[in-house]
Amino acid sequence: MSAHPDTATSPDEGHYNFAYLDEQTKRMIRRAILKGIAVPGYQVPFASREMPMPYGWGTGGVQVTAAILGADDTLKVIDQGSDDTTNAVSIRGFFEKTAGVETTTRTSEASIIQTRHRIPEALLTEDQVLVYQVPIPEPLRFLEPRETETRKMHALAEYGLMHVKLYEDIARNGHIATTYAYPVEVNDRYVMDPSPTPKFDNPKMHEMAALQLFGAGREKRIYAIPPHTKVKSLDFDDHPFEVQKFEKPCGLCGAENVYLDEVILDDKGGRMFVCSDSDHCEDRRSHGHLGEMAADPAASHLASTGEERA
Amino acid sequence: MTDQTTMLEPNFVPYQENDEPLLRVSGVTRYYGDRLGCTDISFNLWPGEVLAIVGESGSGKTTLLNCLSTRLAPTAGAIEYRMRDGSMRDLYQLTEADRRLLMRTDWGFVHQSPADGLRMTVSAGANVGERLMAVGNRHYGNIRATATDWLERVEIATDRIDDPPRAFSGGMRQRLQIARNLVTHPRLVFMDEPTGGLDVSVQARLLDMMRRLVADLGLSVIIVTHDLAVARLLSHRIMVMRHGKVIETGLTDQVLDDPREPYSQLLVSSILQA
Ligand SMILES: Nc1ncnc2c1ncn2[C@@H]1O[C@H](COP(=O)(O)OP(=O)(O)O)[C@@H](O)[C@H]1O
Ligand SMILES: [Mg+2]
Repeated sequence: MSAHPDTATSPDEGHYNFAYLDEQTKRMIRRAILKGIAVPGYQVPFASREMPMPYGWGTGGVQVTAAILGADDTLKVIDQGSDDTTNAVSIRGFFEKTAGVETTTRTSEASIIQTRHRIPEALLTEDQVLVYQVPIPEPLRFLEPRETETRKMHALAEYGLMHVKLYEDIARNGHIATTYAYPVEVNDRYVMDPSPTPKFDNPKMHEMAALQLFGAGREKRIYAIPPHTKVKSLDFDDHPFEVQKFEKPCGLCGAENVYLDEVILDDKGGRMFVCSDSDHCEDRRSHGHLGEMAADPAASHLASTGEERA
Repeated sequence: MTDQTTMLEPNFVPYQENDEPLLRVSGVTRYYGDRLGCTDISFNLWPGEVLAIVGESGSGKTTLLNCLSTRLAPTAGAIEYRMRDGSMRDLYQLTEADRRLLMRTDWGFVHQSPADGLRMTVSAGANVGERLMAVGNRHYGNIRATATDWLERVEIATDRIDDPPRAFSGGMRQRLQIARNLVTHPRLVFMDEPTGGLDVSVQARLLDMMRRLVADLGLSVIIVTHDLAVARLLSHRIMVMRHGKVIETGLTDQVLDDPREPYSQLLVSSILQA
């Protein structure tokens, strides 16, 4: 993750600076990252650059990754927990081409993991950095559209509005129905939006050993959670924070207490629940863990995709 | 003391020598560039007192109210407030955090347009509960129970608690705005033409309710109105403004029954004729 003023060559498109961004831009982004680490959960404005991909494709996360990437890093990119969605593949390809770094799908082998939507199921370590692509960084935006006012609210830690939002949730649904972008209080101070990860992953943010960095390209904000930092999901005393529970284990690997995606198997209503974290699922299967659908021919294509990659 | 004030607030005695004022206003002046908003306004507001600021449109009432409530910094002058701990503090020397805390706990501000004082997209219950949550209440059931109680007190059917104010009539919205302000038991409430824009029958009901709440809670109120009937019904004391200056001040009945200034006489006679 050291600065690396090198160039990578692509036969079609000539020379890039290492990881696409010029060194000055990377320094600017690193300064914002350092400030974010110094003030956990605080949204640091930064001069977001145009990237050769549209907003909504993780340009904030890509800029953060570009700024911290070194030649000896190994990069993993996940989208919805999977390494092989179009978005994940194209970002991985982008850094292979512009930085020539190693990439991997294995969580344990990666030194930097860029993600949208999920935190890997495997415990991350102090040697890893998790970079989140964030579309909407401002948790107060929902009820307070004025930027000057939300800044003031953060500065003065006036967070009553966050509970107004949760109150509305309970009034409408009988319980806190927010499942994604569930607000957290970081280090007993700043309220932060982990958007758009499912609240299932919120507890993983608490005291995580890895550094967590958040980049919002369109909104030009970077924020951070340093390793081993307190992260608390907001709630009410009589409606405590809870994560989603799944009735069955993963159909492929039998894992429990992991985040599952529903997969439609055929047009006759056949469906199953499988690990959203595909690497975690493969790793378990390669260690002999099998779910009740693992041998089902209808599910075989799900499992074989993994084997090809492994 | 007149019969009028006795009826309103039996325990209220406007000028007790040994009393300390709740608000001390000295030489408050506000210019908008070259244009005068209000100038050299000085008065004391006493605990439990309802003061009406009257005068025609453009006379500087809103400017003064906004200066007093720290929503608009005066060009000159000082405003001191007696905090809950008894100390007298210059409002514009407070930190912004303290000032904002004061505004959402010890004070209320009722806007003429309910949309300026309510969150139109969240439910009535959340509108009333917001201040409670802002001061750290974290028990949903308690917040909801308190909101229900306040809806009752402002005569809004409690089965409307989950409806947004968008679905409410103008009068209901205004009553909701009042409930939202009173839920933290403020000591001082500012009101800017709270009955403006409402039908006469709706106004009467609102005034009646305001009068009852002010008496029950022993509130101090500064109310801006161009409607002398509102001032007559609610206030103990009146300040008449013209061209940004206070031209006459006194007990409500004295000023309305026997105005000294020719301009006040004109105001009073125009309302009588209307
Ligand atoms: N934001 C502003 N900018 C410039 N002039 C203003 C502004 N607000 C009020 N004024 C002027 O200040 C004077 C007093 O206005 P205002 O306090 O609104 O009176 P009132 O509430 O009695 O109608 C008027 O001449 C008005 O035009
Ligand atoms: Mg006005």
